Amino acid sequence: MTNPEGADAAEPAADSTADSAAQEDAVASEANAESAAAVTMTSEDAAPGEILLRVTDLKKHFPVTKGVLKRQVAAVKAVDGLDFDVRAGETLGVVGESGCGKSTMGRLITRLLEPTHGTIEFEGRDISHLGTAGMRPLRRDVQMIFQDPYSSLNPRHPVGAIVSAPFKLQGVRPEGGVKKEVQRLLEVVGLNPEHYNRYPHEFSGGQRQRIGIARALALKPKLVVADEPVSALDVSIQAQVVNLLDDLQGELGLTYVIIAHDLSVIRHVSDRIAVMYLGKLVELTDRQSLYDGAMHPYSKALLSAVPVPDPRGKAQRGEDRILLQGDVPSPLNPPSGCRFHTRCWKATRVCKNEEPPLLQLRTGHQVACHHPENHEDQRPEDTELLSVAEKTADELDSERSAIEQRDREAVGKP
Amino acid sequence: MTAPTHDTVKADEAEADAAADVAKKHVEGRSLGRIAWARLKRDKLALAGGVTVAVLILVAVFAPVLTALIGQDPNEYHQDLIDPLFGTPTGSFGGMSADHLLGVEPVNGRDVLARIIYGARVSLLVGFLSALVAVVLGTVLGILAGYFGGWLDALISRVMDMLLAFPQLLFIISLIAVVPNSMLGLEGTGVRLFVMVLVIGFFGWPYIGRIVRGQTLSLREREYVEAARSLGAGKRYILFKELLPNLIAPITVYTTLMIPTNILTEAALSFLGAGVKPPTASWGQMLNTAVRYYDQDPMFMLVPGIAIFVTVLAFNLFGDGVRDALDPKGTR
Ligand SMILES: Nc1ncnc2c1ncn2[C@@H]1O[C@H](COP(=O)(O)OP(=O)(O)O)[C@@H](O)[C@H]1O
Ligand code: SF4
Ligand SMILES: [Mg+2]
Repeated sequence: MTNPEGADAAEPAADSTADSAAQEDAVASEANAESAAAVTMTSEDAAPGEILLRVTDLKKHFPVTKGVLKRQVAAVKAVDGLDFDVRAGETLGVVGESGCGKSTMGRLITRLLEPTHGTIEFEGRDISHLGTAGMRPLRRDVQMIFQDPYSSLNPRHPVGAIVSAPFKLQGVRPEGGVKKEVQRLLEVVGLNPEHYNRYPHEFSGGQRQRIGIARALALKPKLVVADEPVSALDVSIQAQVVNLLDDLQGELGLTYVIIAHDLSVIRHVSDRIAVMYLGKLVELTDRQSLYDGAMHPYSKALLSAVPVPDPRGKAQRGEDRILLQGDVPSPLNPPSGCRFHTRCWKATRVCKNEEPPLLQLRTGHQVACHHPENHEDQRPEDTELLSVAEKTADELDSERSAIEQRDREAVGKP
Repeated sequence: MTAPTHDTVKADEAEADAAADVAKKHVEGRSLGRIAWARLKRDKLALAGGVTVAVLILVAVFAPVLTALIGQDPNEYHQDLIDPLFGTPTGSFGGMSADHLLGVEPVNGRDVLARIIYGARVSLLVGFLSALVAVVLGTVLGILAGYFGGWLDALISRVMDMLLAFPQLLFIISLIAVVPNSMLGLEGTGVRLFVMVLVIGFFGWPYIGRIVRGQTLSLREREYVEAARSLGAGKRYILFKELLPNLIAPITVYTTLMIPTNILTEAALSFLGAGVKPPTASWGQMLNTAVRYYDQDPMFMLVPGIAIFVTVLAFNLFGDGVRDALDPKGTR
């Protein structure tokens, strides 16, 4: 692979004098040498802690169209401006209720969806708008584990075909042959390698999810995005699958983005946790700071919903269970200002009028809230709480327009 | 969120475990197709239908051999067996005898059994080939509409609606009236067969197309399609390797159920004089003749009537069996 910029630099040399051409050549070859160095650097695994994936102002709006002419009348703002990094070797947990745009985010960074706005950089390379062909080589490095083990495996394909599809599609010939490698992978994820010829319906949900994990790991990816990998599984086997993911991370040096709708699943395995609400990040910090001092009221509410084995611990922390009222409002017409204000018990006038920016309030601890918990108030002057009636009205407002939209809606294709 | 509740997951898992237990004896995995086949083998009615269909196919294929065995030619006149006054066969039951097991035709006395045997050829040929045309068109257009959506879907769906609302029998009759007696190197009956196959198939594809489109719409949202894309699969791989294998079952079911409908359409066309040309034997045409003689010779109406009835029933029983075998919960 040559650096396109290096090639560009050499271009004008063609019509200049021989002398300067030689000079330009020297410059160009220097640039090439530099780019070669850069390429070798990026093609090696990023050292632990280096930034593997960087997302900047990422948005995905699904158009809502109307009529035969498919005129766009509105947009579902599923993801509406995300900024975060994923560092090599870490596990980033992404948490938020259903409908907050987590899956959309996962499908954006694996480029199953094309962003409406913003950039996704993988190992320093902008992949935001690469096409199917452009993405193909990168597919080896970024893989996904899906939520529903009953839908993520093709019922017509035997397990061997499912786990060997990555080799076929990427034209990779593993050492010792495909069959042997597939059997090795099955063993790695804790399945009987003799079951190569079985079909998905002959396995339980947990076993199927292991097959999905084997498929995702076949090409030795660098980044694995797991979209609620255990939420469809029986509680009794959730831990086994999470532990498997955790073990494999250590063995294979993987970087994970694990999505979950509550904190119970990811709290043990995440290094950092990003809390998402209605298409935005509301808090991003390392696990310990989140548990010790969550600042965003929404994070607090999610934390309080996690069952604690020792109730005294909870009492000591002085926490009562915070019950979130209602559902996530529609991303078709999100509430004004802070999107959480319709459900927030601390909401004031400024929360309704001004959107709180995501700010680093402590080292490595970003929060988007005017009146954070466990931290000094950002807008101490604004003390009058919004009335319940007003918040409910705002929520209904968002809901009503969503229902009106749904009545006419033909939601556009992704 | 669309995650199934724990209850359904548990039930499914129990089922999967049960299936796994059953499968333990097998080193090979049991594909859904093999499971369906095992189920079909237990369905007595479907088996009876299937055997009858198989016999019919053999009869049609080996028609010349069979007629030689019974020593009769479908086009040979036996005027000596016809009452010159009424034009009906002499003897009882439409002239049944050891030579002519199902009797002879009125007027010219051709052997009914031989004509029924040859008539099976026309019925099955038109039934199968027109279904083939419908399946190919319906599958291709249905997948395109379902997978790509947008204006292509809108266009194909409108065409399907139109065709389904079209008075096809009237159209075919008028079309037959205007096609020349020879075209594309075909003559007489050949032309008629060709036109019938094409036109019946053409009016039949929307039935398949609608099913395939609907299935594709739901299949393309499955996560295994996303999984294939996340591995770098292109559209062709997804269509042929991921979607098509899952469409085989519904296509099979609707094809087996479409063949008898097409056989009936062929019979109706021949009955109305728009089918194959005489002297080629066809069941519909025999019925047409029979109508004129039914008070004097009711047997001659009964025989082709039973042939059509048994054929259509056999295909339907088999088709229903296939459907139940492929989809035991009746969720389609
Ligand atoms: N293809 C799509 N077209 C239109 N709206 C979509 C599409 N995918 C997701 N959405 C909407 O975007 C929002 C976020 O969805 P999703 O990313 O699945 O959330 P989560 O995974 O957090 O539950 C939801 O309101 C959902 O209805
Ligand atoms: S900005 Fe206001 S409404 Fe939003 S979370 Fe903070 S306190 Fe609640
Ligand atoms: Mg989701």
